[in-house]
Amino acid sequence: MKALLAAAAVIALALAGASAGAIPGGTVAVTVVLPYVAFLTLAAGIAWRVWQWAASPVPYRIPTTCGQQRSLAWIRTAPIDNPDTGIMAAIRVAIEALTFRSLLRNSRSHVSAGRLEFSEARLLWLASLALHWSLLVILLRHLRFVLQPTPFFVPPLDALDGFLRIGAPPLLITDVLLVAALLYLLGRRLANPLLRYMSLLTDYFALLLLLGIALSGMAMRYAAPVDLVSVKQLALALAAFHPVVPLAPSALLLVHLLLVSTLAIYLPFSKLAHFGGVFLSPTRNLANNSRRVRHINPWNRPVPTHTYAEWEAEYADKMKLAGLPVDGTDHGG
Amino acid sequence: MADKPAIDIELKAPKGDWRDARVEFRKGTFSNASPPKDLVHLGLPNPRKWQPTDLDWQLPPDWKRILLEGMKDRLARYRSFRLFMDVCVRCGACADKCHFYLGSGDPKNMPFARAELIRSVYRRYFTLSGRLFGSLAGARELTEDVVKEWFYYFYQCTECRRCSIYCPFGIDTAEITMIVRELLSLIGVSTHWITEPAGNCYRVGNHLGIAPHAFKDSLEFARDELRDITGLDIEIPINRKGAEVLFVMPSADYFATPHYYTLLGYMMLFHEIGLDFTVSAYASEGGNFGLFHSNDLMKRLNAKIYAEAKRLGVKWILGGECGHMWRVLHQYMDTMNGPADFLEMPVSPVTGTRFENAASTKMVHVCEFTADLLYHGKIKLDPSRNDEYVVTYHDSCNPARGMGLLEEPRYVLRRACNHFHEMPAKTIREYTFCCGSGAGLGNDENMEMRLRGGFPRANAVRHVREEHGVNLLACICAIDKATLPTLMDYWVPGVQVAGVHELLGNALVMTGEKQRATNLRGEPLAKEEVHA
Repeated sequence: MKALLAAAAVIALALAGASAGAIPGGTVAVTVVLPYVAFLTLAAGIAWRVWQWAASPVPYRIPTTCGQQRSLAWIRTAPIDNPDTGIMAAIRVAIEALTFRSLLRNSRSHVSAGRLEFSEARLLWLASLALHWSLLVILLRHLRFVLQPTPFFVPPLDALDGFLRIGAPPLLITDVLLVAALLYLLGRRLANPLLRYMSLLTDYFALLLLLGIALSGMAMRYAAPVDLVSVKQLALALAAFHPVVPLAPSALLLVHLLLVSTLAIYLPFSKLAHFGGVFLSPTRNLANNSRRVRHINPWNRPVPTHTYAEWEAEYADKMKLAGLPVDGTDHGG
Repeated sequence: MADKPAIDIELKAPKGDWRDARVEFRKGTFSNASPPKDLVHLGLPNPRKWQPTDLDWQLPPDWKRILLEGMKDRLARYRSFRLFMDVCVRCGACADKCHFYLGSGDPKNMPFARAELIRSVYRRYFTLSGRLFGSLAGARELTEDVVKEWFYYFYQCTECRRCSIYCPFGIDTAEITMIVRELLSLIGVSTHWITEPAGNCYRVGNHLGIAPHAFKDSLEFARDELRDITGLDIEIPINRKGAEVLFVMPSADYFATPHYYTLLGYMMLFHEIGLDFTVSAYASEGGNFGLFHSNDLMKRLNAKIYAEAKRLGVKWILGGECGHMWRVLHQYMDTMNGPADFLEMPVSPVTGTRFENAASTKMVHVCEFTADLLYHGKIKLDPSRNDEYVVTYHDSCNPARGMGLLEEPRYVLRRACNHFHEMPAKTIREYTFCCGSGAGLGNDENMEMRLRGGFPRANAVRHVREEHGVNLLACICAIDKATLPTLMDYWVPGVQVAGVHELLGNALVMTGEKQRATNLRGEPLAKEEVHA
């Protein structure tokens, strides 16, 4: 149900894009106004979110340690999984960001004949990695549209991406990986009863929106090629703040632009802003050195305590009888 | 346990909508409420007589405002809380990593589901999308049913952090649980098994409420017993000013079994190396049930340790075997109640090793201390005295995932025992499974849920019992020692539970000791000639 609603929302958005060319002012809205609004929302939204996270204090040093601590000099430590310095903690974060190491740990547990058994479960890791790396490469490839001259790294990236040389224009590996990963993640969410139970409409929406973007983009490359020169003109003009409304843009381009703009507007206010967790989690980005270096809590506040003198006042007589030393200072008796 | 409940472990597909907050408080799966006297003792709000099974929990009239303001306040004070409310993508990698989910099959015990119980409320009151789109955006009203649901499920989390290591964002359910429990405490919703020990610890000095003279009796008893076992007079100094080291242990060590044998082990070791130490009757608790209740209560209980170290004029502090105690000592104490600038860099008086890793907090784990002694050959062990035991080692959650104390206890065990076997790799070290009774859940009324939560751990023990004939589960946690015996009796009969320093004490060759006839439990040792 939630998945259907999310699909309906994405389809409605796509239809709105497809029909924009036929509505007066529709083309301007989708090719000029919306991209600017989206870009501003994305930039401001992310800045706001990151500021909100980064500005909140970290009262305690609470890394989750995944290996041997540094204690005695002769014990071999796990310097990355249990970082001892800020630099090692940064390396831990970098490895997580680049390789999704925690997902690589994943395993599946099942109960059979009253026993708990574990099996490997690497597909989630593989799909996530494929999704994110493909998105990055695709984003970099798109720089060819907004930058003139085309950045030096884009043509070799294109060549590498298409090295399979299947079809013309050559099939890009990242396109295939992206769609495959999205379909896997979607299928998994629907097929796994535990995930289906917990999934929100927004979980499906995010995946379907990305799928819509990927498919509309691929259609423009493989199925109904658009005039790349005019696309580049549009993009360059937008980037130069001298927007030129294209005369007869392809409906696919309008769909693609509308979906991408929706993503940009939606991203900062949704779970898609999860990158913050990778870089800012106090369980991951801090060194496990809280006994060696004192961590300061900016809001550390006084609390009532039961002092030794108060305690001794209650027990002094019994302590004396038991032969325990007492300070016996200022509590009369 | 009088009668064994039959527990089927089954992971079924969930039914219904998780946003339906109604909970059935089934006997055996929850902890009793704090009686009014506990809250009065500690000056906590809304003391009253109630139980979770009551229809009316007698919450204060403005309970909703208190909770929402409490959330707002904590969102501003803890980056962890705000981030963990925002960044979960519900990928489900954590789902089957929780021992309570694996043991109960209740989908709300999947870590990401547990977090959604409060995240949905966060969305409704603290995010734009939640306010605008309500349930479409995964938002949920805060109702009394939600409060009851929070109580049920956040007291079905042992703050073990296992889910966190699988999370791509390091979302730590322990952190969320700690904050929700703190929120609940603002409206007087807490459990007796936590507030009573905390109150005892605050006023009397330890969780068990043992007054100083009884504390002394208990240690005198240990002295007598040590005389019988070793023939040596092993004194345990109390509140002695000017000692070099203050030794702090969980109170169960001197008042419960099998903890008590660990106490004997420490004392034999300290005697053998001539450690200049004292224990304290005022700070006679290393454990800290405040951790399971609220930040402030944790700090109030923990404050005694530094205060006492200062009053006694010791140079540094040594801490005994206890899991959550070390979470507090390692990750919170110095920040909360430091700086410990009145203490000195801990240096082993026997080996001269400087414990640089404790340079600021000035507190050393007894396994670090002992491993250093063994490495430098300063003590002599006869591991054959532990030959009746085939040992495996349970990493306690907090020393494993909140510290990384993995090799030190193993080093001691391998020297002290001839027969040692590890459990499967996915169940030890950072992957260790909780005993199922930590974070204040180890009470009798919660027995069914404890046995369910402890099932994954027991399952791994059963594996090494069948494979290698393991009959002893060693650990370094007082809650483990209190609750694993019950767990073993239920799932893996024939496996005993012991502290690392009990096994060390058995093996320790002491100057001037008599020929040992028994181990520390008073059981006769195997015949000498077998090992000749």
